[in-house]
Amino acid sequence: MFCILALFFLSPIYIHMPKIIYNTHDNETYTIEVQNGLTVMEGAVQNDVPGIDADCGGGMACATCHVYVKEDWFNKLPKKEDGEEDMLDMAFEPKPNSRLSCQIIVSDDLDGLEVNIPSKQA
Amino acid sequence: MNKTDALIIGAGPTGLFTAHQLKLIGLNCEIVDNLDKIGGQCIELYPDKPIYDIPAVPECTGEELTNNLLNQLKPFDIKFHLNERVEEVKKENDNWLVKTSSGNSFQTPNVIIAGGVGSFEPRKFSPKVCEKFENKSLFYSVKNKSVFKGKTVSIFGGGDSALDWAVELSKDSNVNLIHRRDEFRGARATVDKMYELKKAGKINLFTNYQLNNVHGNEKIESIEIKHDNSEIQNLKSDYVLGFFGLIMQLGPIANWGLNLNKKTIEVDTEKFETNQKGIYAVGDICNYPGKLKLILSGFHEGALAARACFKLARPNEKYRFEFTTTSTNLLKRLGKKE
Repeated sequence: MFCILALFFLSPIYIHMPKIIYNTHDNETYTIEVQNGLTVMEGAVQNDVPGIDADCGGGMACATCHVYVKEDWFNKLPKKEDGEEDMLDMAFEPKPNSRLSCQIIVSDDLDGLEVNIPSKQA
Repeated sequence: MNKTDALIIGAGPTGLFTAHQLKLIGLNCEIVDNLDKIGGQCIELYPDKPIYDIPAVPECTGEELTNNLLNQLKPFDIKFHLNERVEEVKKENDNWLVKTSSGNSFQTPNVIIAGGVGSFEPRKFSPKVCEKFENKSLFYSVKNKSVFKGKTVSIFGGGDSALDWAVELSKDSNVNLIHRRDEFRGARATVDKMYELKKAGKINLFTNYQLNNVHGNEKIESIEIKHDNSEIQNLKSDYVLGFFGLIMQLGPIANWGLNLNKKTIEVDTEKFETNQKGIYAVGDICNYPGKLKLILSGFHEGALAARACFKLARPNEKYRFEFTTTSTNLLKRLGKKE
């Protein structure tokens, strides 16, 4: 029994982390494994994905972690909180599929989430 | 030329408390900030959002924190230079020569950068053509409203600045208000007032539109706005105003020969000094192993940088550590003892 449990914990399934796909405006793609509970913004910043500034550090106060979420994913994300749409007013070229990446928390459900990074954050 | 023991760049919470620490140990200081008000990000980004992690302050807003810090500075005489951006920092013998955007200059052995994420600048329109008209017939703030009298003004944005100016200018100008969505985040009363003026035909409202293009030679003649559904409208326009809030830019700091890491400045953790002797960085803008971007960390960093300033400002004196509870010197400076 112990062996089976140990095998389970050591198995790749257990350490599996959701993959987030970041496309930059100059068509580079970064596929990053981001730990559950971190935000899409943190996944980018901690892995040096260019184009996400996150000046305010995730406080929903600056709109410099703005991303466009691929259409098929957009509706699967939890809805925006009040303040997020207000901040998006300030973002560079906001579109209907705009989100602040600091407000998207990574979970298994988001494995494969694809976001496009705008050409500028400000 | 202003001579001071230390010049602080940035009037946010960290800059304010650093000033307190400098004055407490008997040094002079002056503060420069690019914004027109004191408080930095606390005032500009979240004046009414509660903060819960200031030690011994269970809950306070950005505005309350700023006011409390200013109260704490009351015993001291500190000169603030607001609406000024530090443009140049140059070495001159044992001093730094600092110049600001309004032509002020300072001579000081110590420069403390408490600049957050840099200076706040207005967010601009995305079409490149807008730069050509900037500060001529396209503005991101209003300095002289009389130029708009009798003209057609197109105002972009959905917050208080856009709404306030739409309401104000509708008295004497033909106003178009353009916003990217139906909801406005401004104060309820102003939003209601704007809708009233729209009903009365005093404001032309366009929602779900964004600026697409600007036409004109020397001056703006018309603008193109684009609906979410791609439909384009042409609006005759003499002036364009954009109110999209502020963005933080590192700005001239990048040219002062400091070791930068992304948008932060590398410092040691003893003096919070940069690679340049006599230039320190504290608060969100500094970087060292284990750095936390918390207000409380800024307070600690400022206290240590202030002590380091003492050595350069008073080379012939010895700094002695004292407590405010017991030191006659400190109590005198605080105005608690004759």
